Order: sequence, then C-alpha cells, then structure tokens
Amino acid sequence: MRNLWAIARRELGAYFVSPIAYLVGAAFLAMMGFFFYTDVIFTVLSRSEPTMRYIFGVMTTILLFVAPVLTMRLLAEEQRLGTLELLLTAPVQDWEVVLGKYLAALVLYLGLLTATGIYPLLLFWMGGNPDIGPILSGYLGMFLFGAALLSIGLFSSSLSQNQVVAAVVGIGLVILLAVASLPADGITNPTLQQILNHIDLRNHLMNFRRGLIDTTDVVYYLSVIASFLFLTVQILNSRRWR
Amino acid sequence: MIEAEGLTKIYGNQVVAIEDVTFRVERGQIVGFLGPNGAGKTTTMRILTGYMPPTRGRARIAGYDTVLQSLEARRHIGYLPETVPLYPEMSVRAYLSFMAEIRGVPNRKAAVERAMALTGLEDQADALIGKLSKGYRQRVGLAQAILHNPDVLILDEPTIGLDPRQVREVRDLIQELGKTHTILLSTHILAEVQQICDRVLIIHRGRIRADMTLGEALRSRRPDRIFLRVEGGDRQVTEILSALPGVRRVERLESGVYEIEVADSAKEDPSPTIAETVMRQGWRLLELRPVGLTLEDLFLQVTAQD
Repeated sequence: MRNLWAIARRELGAYFVSPIAYLVGAAFLAMMGFFFYTDVIFTVLSRSEPTMRYIFGVMTTILLFVAPVLTMRLLAEEQRLGTLELLLTAPVQDWEVVLGKYLAALVLYLGLLTATGIYPLLLFWMGGNPDIGPILSGYLGMFLFGAALLSIGLFSSSLSQNQVVAAVVGIGLVILLAVASLPADGITNPTLQQILNHIDLRNHLMNFRRGLIDTTDVVYYLSVIASFLFLTVQILNSRRWR
Repeated sequence: MIEAEGLTKIYGNQVVAIEDVTFRVERGQIVGFLGPNGAGKTTTMRILTGYMPPTRGRARIAGYDTVLQSLEARRHIGYLPETVPLYPEMSVRAYLSFMAEIRGVPNRKAAVERAMALTGLEDQADALIGKLSKGYRQRVGLAQAILHNPDVLILDEPTIGLDPRQVREVRDLIQELGKTHTILLSTHILAEVQQICDRVLIIHRGRIRADMTLGEALRSRRPDRIFLRVEGGDRQVTEILSALPGVRRVERLESGVYEIEVADSAKEDPSPTIAETVMRQGWRLLELRPVGLTLEDLFLQVTAQD
C-alpha cells in the first residue's frame, strides 16, 4: 500500500512538470467552456429549462480523446526510459505499480471534472433553477465513465514504449467501445444485440443523466475498470513467460 | 550471497538465451561477468534480480529464492540495469527519495544523503536529472542501487559511455563498495575486470565457459611466449636456451633481450627451467615474465570455442 501511494505521488508530480497535463487540461476546459457558452445562449433564447444534459453529452465525446492522452505516458514512457525494470525489481508488486499510476491519472481527472463544476454553479447564479438531482448523478456518471476510459488508456500505455502509439491505440479502443451499440439495431440475433448494447460505454450514461443511479450501470463501469487494470497487470507480468 | 543453479532461459519456446548457468558468489567478492554481446549476461542478471523467472533452475540472493521469495530477495539487491533507469523530470534528491521509499528504507533522508555522499552527488542534489551529464547520471544510477545498503549489487555495464576520469571514479567507487558488498558486474572492458575484480566468469552462447579467480585465470595457463632479459652469455644464450625442453625458438630482440616461444607440445611453463639454466650458466637474470598472457587472451580463447 505504501508503495502504491509513493508511485501515485511521483506520477502526479510528473504530470505537473510536463506540459501535457496543462495543455490537455487547458484544451479540455476551453472546449467545455465554449460549448457551455453556446448552450447558455441557446437556453436563454429558447426560454427552455437550464440543464447540464447537453454539457454532459459534449464532455462524453471530448473525454474519448482526452482520457487516453492523459494516460499515454504512464507505462509507455516508463518502458522507454527503462525505469519499469527498476520498479519491477524493487520490492514492489506489479499491481501496486499499475494501481499507483491509475490513481494519479484518476486524481488529475477528478481535478478537471471539479473545474467544470463552475458551470452548474453559473446556472444557479444566473437565476436559472436547474434540477439538482440529474446534475449530481450526471457527475457521478461522468466520473465513472472517465475512470473507465482511463483504465483503458492505461492498458494501451502498457502495450507500447511509444506514447503516441499508446494514445492512438487508446483512442481507438475507447471509441470502439463507445460506439459498440451502433450496429446493434441491424442485428437480428437478440443475444448479440443485447451484448453490444450492454458493452457500449455511453449507453450506461443514460440513466445517470436522467437522475437515476442504477446499480447495473455502476457495476458495469467498475467491472470495465477492474478488467482493464487486471489486463494491464497481466501485460506487465507477461515479461515472465515471454 | 548469489547462488545460481542450472539457470536456463528459453524465450518464446525456442530461443535459448542461457543454459545451465551455475555459479556462486561469496560475500565480499567482486566478480566480473564477461561475455560477447548477446551471450546471456543481461538475461542472467535479470533473472537474479527477479525481473523475470528462469525457465528452469533457480537462483538465490542472500538465501532467498528469486521466484518464491521474490520481494524478500529484491530487498537484498541493488541493481543498475544497462540503460540507467532515471526520471529526467525529477531532481536527484527527489528521485533517490522516491527510490528509497519504494524500497522501504527506514531512515529515508539519511539514506539519500549517504548515497549521494558516496557517489559524489552532493553538489548536484537539486539538479534535474535530465540536465545532468552522462557521468553524473551513471552516478545517480549507482546511488539508487546502494540506497538501501543491499548485500548484493548487480551492475550491468556500469562504466559504459563515461570519459576516462569518470570511469576511474566509478571504478574506485565500485572497489570501495566491494569491501562491504557482494558485487556482480558485467563489462566489456577487460582491463576493468583485471583492475577491480577478484574473480571472473565468462559466459559464451548462454553457457558459463570459465569461472576462476583472477590469479588462476592469468597463472594457470602456460604462456605462449616468455620475455627474458639477461646480462652475459651473449651469442650462447640463443643456442643454449633453444635446446631446453618446451622451448621452440629463441629470438634475440636486442642485446641481452630475448623472446622465447614456447613449444605447443609443452605441458608446463618452461620459465623455471629457463631461470635455472640462466643461473647455472652464471649469467645475471634481470627479467623473466610471460608475454601477452592477458585476460584478453583468455577471453578470446574461451569464446573462440565452437
């Protein structure tokens, strides 16, 4: 456990000395800000209820690209520098390395997510009276969704020494999982249809946005995270039987 | 301290990296691990450090099995891999402190200061690793390996890429560490082994081909040529010495200086006989030594097999 914290702390420190965290964070918040602005204009002009639904939708799409970029460095760079060999020959378990790194990415993501908290605050401040339930559950959904993307990104980062390759593979994987249900309509086999609908990363956000916290959705995201972290540990472990 | 028993590593079911590697290193020894590129040095070291398990055989560090008691074994090892593993964005002190933390060193601050003092890094303590010269980075790598005062140090090419002064400093440091640690170091530089190691292991094509103390390595083999300097005898020297058993030819290099070629059939070093003869003839023996019997010769001999 102590090792896990040490690794997470070092990793967080590394985030803030490299330009990547600042660049990605700034780009993310700038885009979110832009879409929030247009949404507010639209809401005011159309005199409709102020909600965060549209913003959560936009965030979902942007995160597909942001999350793998946040995680691309984690294991790829460690392999390129040879420091992975150091970590794996120190008295540290493989899973402590993986979890520590994942935790650092999660903290950074939580920071970004918290920064977007200004939008609902602004909605209240502007005198709109948005329903608070869907906002809170929506944020929980966004957190779980992002956490799942980060675990997939971390997995991609373990596959290559090259950060760019890691990012591209990561983005490819998350997009694939985020659009899994698209071909479902054209499929006649009901089991396959159900499977595709179930593994779709975005499908499980619907309830959260409506203000519903369904255990199925929570369990789904947690199992995606656990699976990809497990796979990442296995990739690190594969040096043992290769 | 280091025990390797029948270590075999087969990559991907067919590539045999090392086969039946067996050796022991006792406490306080500095052992030079030699071999051509691709002979299996790094593979052996990676198995010893618990980075990966052997396909067959087993290794123990300070009595702990590197697979079954991996974490315990790792606590007793300091490892400097071939590519020095450093985080360029960290300062020397922060990096060492992190390493001390994941190694579970109790008094972290003191351990970091001690390691920096031993490797001469105090004046660079707050410098970013990415900005350090190659020599300093190598020292940071060494400092990292000795942080937890491990019983065993495994160093993969510790002086590669350093300038002559840095090489000297690192060698001195290794020698100093060797007084209290057990060290296995791989290198391509034979002079380095001759200078700082007590023992030499030569690996070739995945097998240990020579395992001996440095004295044995250089003494045991009968020399091919002998260098002789005498006073007196003049023209007779060539004639008389040529007739000795085990001598093929005597060449006079200049007045009083000779090079004696040893016959291939000779079983023993003819040096004692030569010395005796010189004395008996009443010449004055100024110098008598084997020529060209270096670690390099041994290395080339051993690695020339098959």
